Amino acid sequence: MSEQLNAQPVRRRLIPFRIVAEPRIEDLPKWYPFVLSVGAVIVALLIGAIVLAIGGGNPWRAYAHIARASFGSIGVFSDTIVKAIPLIFVGLACSVAFRMKLWNIGAEGQFYMGAFGASAVVLLPILPATAPTWLFIITMIVAGLLMGAIYGFIPGILKARFNVNEVISTLMLNYIAVAWNNYFIFAVWTEGGFQMSKMFPQNAWLPRLTDFGSEIPFFRGLTTHFGLVIALVAVVIVWFIMYKSKWGYEIRLIGDNPKAATYAGIPIKRHMVYVMMLSGALAGLAGMSEISGVVHRLQGAISPGYGFTGIIVAWLAKLNPFAVILVSVLFGGLILAGREIQPSGVPKMIQGVILVCLIASDYLIRYKVRIIKESTVD
Amino acid sequence: MDILIILQAGVASGTVLLFATVGGIFNERSGIMNLGLEGMMLFGAMSAFSVTVSTGNPWLGVLVAMLAAGLLSQIHAFITIQLQADQVVSGLALTFLGTGISLVLGEGLSKAGVVSLLPAFSVPLLSHIPIIGRIFFTNQSILVYVGYLIVPLSWYYINRTRPGLHLRAVGEYPAAADALGINVYRLRYFYVFVGGLFAGLSGATISLAISPGWFSELTTAGQGWIAIGLIIFSQWNPVRAAFGAYVFGALRRLILDIQGPALIFGLANPFYYNPYYGFFLQMLPYAFTIIVLVLGSKEAVKKRLGAPAALGTPYIRGQRGL
Repeated sequence: MSEQLNAQPVRRRLIPFRIVAEPRIEDLPKWYPFVLSVGAVIVALLIGAIVLAIGGGNPWRAYAHIARASFGSIGVFSDTIVKAIPLIFVGLACSVAFRMKLWNIGAEGQFYMGAFGASAVVLLPILPATAPTWLFIITMIVAGLLMGAIYGFIPGILKARFNVNEVISTLMLNYIAVAWNNYFIFAVWTEGGFQMSKMFPQNAWLPRLTDFGSEIPFFRGLTTHFGLVIALVAVVIVWFIMYKSKWGYEIRLIGDNPKAATYAGIPIKRHMVYVMMLSGALAGLAGMSEISGVVHRLQGAISPGYGFTGIIVAWLAKLNPFAVILVSVLFGGLILAGREIQPSGVPKMIQGVILVCLIASDYLIRYKVRIIKESTVD
Repeated sequence: MDILIILQAGVASGTVLLFATVGGIFNERSGIMNLGLEGMMLFGAMSAFSVTVSTGNPWLGVLVAMLAAGLLSQIHAFITIQLQADQVVSGLALTFLGTGISLVLGEGLSKAGVVSLLPAFSVPLLSHIPIIGRIFFTNQSILVYVGYLIVPLSWYYINRTRPGLHLRAVGEYPAAADALGINVYRLRYFYVFVGGLFAGLSGATISLAISPGWFSELTTAGQGWIAIGLIIFSQWNPVRAAFGAYVFGALRRLILDIQGPALIFGLANPFYYNPYYGFFLQMLPYAFTIIVLVLGSKEAVKKRLGAPAALGTPYIRGQRGL
C-alpha cells in the first residue's frame, strides 16, 4: 500500500524524482528514534547557524564558545550540572503531564511558587534560623512540593470541572506567579529597599561539593549541590510511578487512548487533577532546589526560563525519565554558556529551532519516506 | 483619572488583541490551532520596528511585519498539515522560535530612539458624537480604524460568502469538503497564513502605534496568549472577539491609570498609598483570561456551541473518521 505524501499528485515533471511516504507497519529498531533525535538536533544547530550568520554573528565561534564554556573543564562542568538540576525536575514535571497529553506549560509559574514556598520556611519563618540543616532541607522540600502541587491543582481542577484549556490557564498562572513573587520581594521581605529578601542562614543552604573542600581538595570551588541527589531520586520515583505502578499504567493508557481508558472505567478527570498536582510538585521542587542550593535568597528573575526549557527537555527525552537527565545536562550547558553570548536571544532561538526540528522529525517515525524515480512509478 | 480617556486608550490597546484574535479565528476555523500567536506577534513587532528604523517608512514596516509573521506561520502549517504533528506542541515550538529569532534579530533595536509612527487622526463628523465620538473616533491611530472595518468584514466573509463557507467546511468536516472538490490542504495552508498576517499586523500595531518601540519580550508581554483565550471566549465569532478585545484593552489601561489619583470616588485609593499593590493589579488581565474561559465554557455547554469539529486533528486523505 503505497501512499504519497498526503496523496497529492506532483505536477512538476521537470524533476524526475518524487517523494513517497508510506506509513510504517513494521516495528522500529530501538536505536532509530535516538538517532533521529540526534539528527534533528544537528539539523537544528545548522539552521541556528544560518540565522546567526544572517544576524551578523559568527555561528561557529558562538558554538565553540558554548561548548568550551559549559564542558571545557571540571569547574564549568560543575556549573553546568547546577543549571541541569532544575531542568531535570522541570523536565520530569513536563514528561509526567505530557504522557497523559496534558499540556502543562506552567512549570515556570510552579517553579516560582516552589521557590516561594521554600523561602517562606526561612522568611515567614516556619523554622527558627538555628534549626539543623537536615530539618531545613526536609521542610523546604515539603514546602516546595506543596506550593507547586497547589499551583498545579488550579489548572487541573479547572480542566476537569470546567474544561478550561490547560495551555492557556497554566500560561496565565505563570504571569500571576511572577507578580506574586514580586510583591513579596518588593513589599514584604525586602531587605533595605532592595528587590530581594535577606540572605538565608547557612544551615538553610543545600550542602555543596565545595563545602567538603577541606577534606577532599578535589571538590574545592565546585558548586554542584545536594539538589542533584534529590533530582536523581525524583527520576527514579517518577520512573517507578510511570512504568511500574498501576497509576502510571493508567496515565499512559489515557495518554495513548482516552476512549479505551474511559471504557476501562479509569476516572480520567480525577487523574487529570492528580497528574497536574504531581507535575506542579516536581516543578515546585525545581524552585526549591534553586533557592536553597544556588540563590540562597528570594529575588526576582530566579529562572532564565527553566519552565519552558523543561518542555523541550521532556520532548527531546521522549518523556523517558532517565533520558531527561542526559538532555538536561546538555541544555544546562546551553543555558550556562548562553548567558555570555551576544545577542542574548541565541539560546532561546536555538531551543526553539531544536523543538521545531524534533516534532518535524517525528514524521519519520510514523512514515517511511523514499525518493524514487518518476519513471518507476508511472 | 478620566473614564473617557481610559476607554479611548483601551480601544487603542484592544486593537492589538483584536487583530491577533481575528487572525486566530480564521486560523482555527480552518481546523488548525495555532498557539504560536505570541511568537508571531513578537516577530511582527520586531520586523515592523526594525524596518521602520532603517527605512523611515512605517507603512513598509507594517507590510514587512505581516509578511514576516505570515512566513513564520508557514512553518507551523507545514509541520501540522503536511507532517501531521501535534498542533499544540508545534504551536509552542513556534512561539519559542519566533521569540528567539526576534530577540536575536532585534538586538540593539531598543536603543533605536524615535521613529516615525503611523498617523493618528480624528474622524471629522463621527468624533462629534457625544461619548462614543470621544472614545472611538478621536485621535486614534489609523490601525484602530482598520480594526473597526476588519470586524464586520471578517464576520461577513466567514458567515455569508462562498469562500467563507469553504473555510467552515474544512474546519468542521474536511472529508466532506474534500469530496466536494475543495482542496483541504491548500485552504488550511492559506488560512494559517492569514492568521500569520493578522498576528504580524497585531505586532506592528504595538511597536508602531500603541506603545512604540522594542522592549524585547516585554513588547507583547503575553498578549498573544490572552488572544488565544479570547478566541475561545469569542466562540470563533469576530464580533464577540471585538467586544472581548476592547474590554481587555480597557482593563490594561485601567490598571495603568488607577495608581495615579489619591482619591477614587472620594475614597482613599489603596493603590496610590501602597504602590506595591500594583503587583496584584498586574495579575488581573491574566486572572481575567482564566475567568473568561470558565464563563465561556459554561455558556458553550448551555448553548451547545463548540469549537470547529476538526480543530486539532490532522486531515489524512483516505483515512476513516473526520
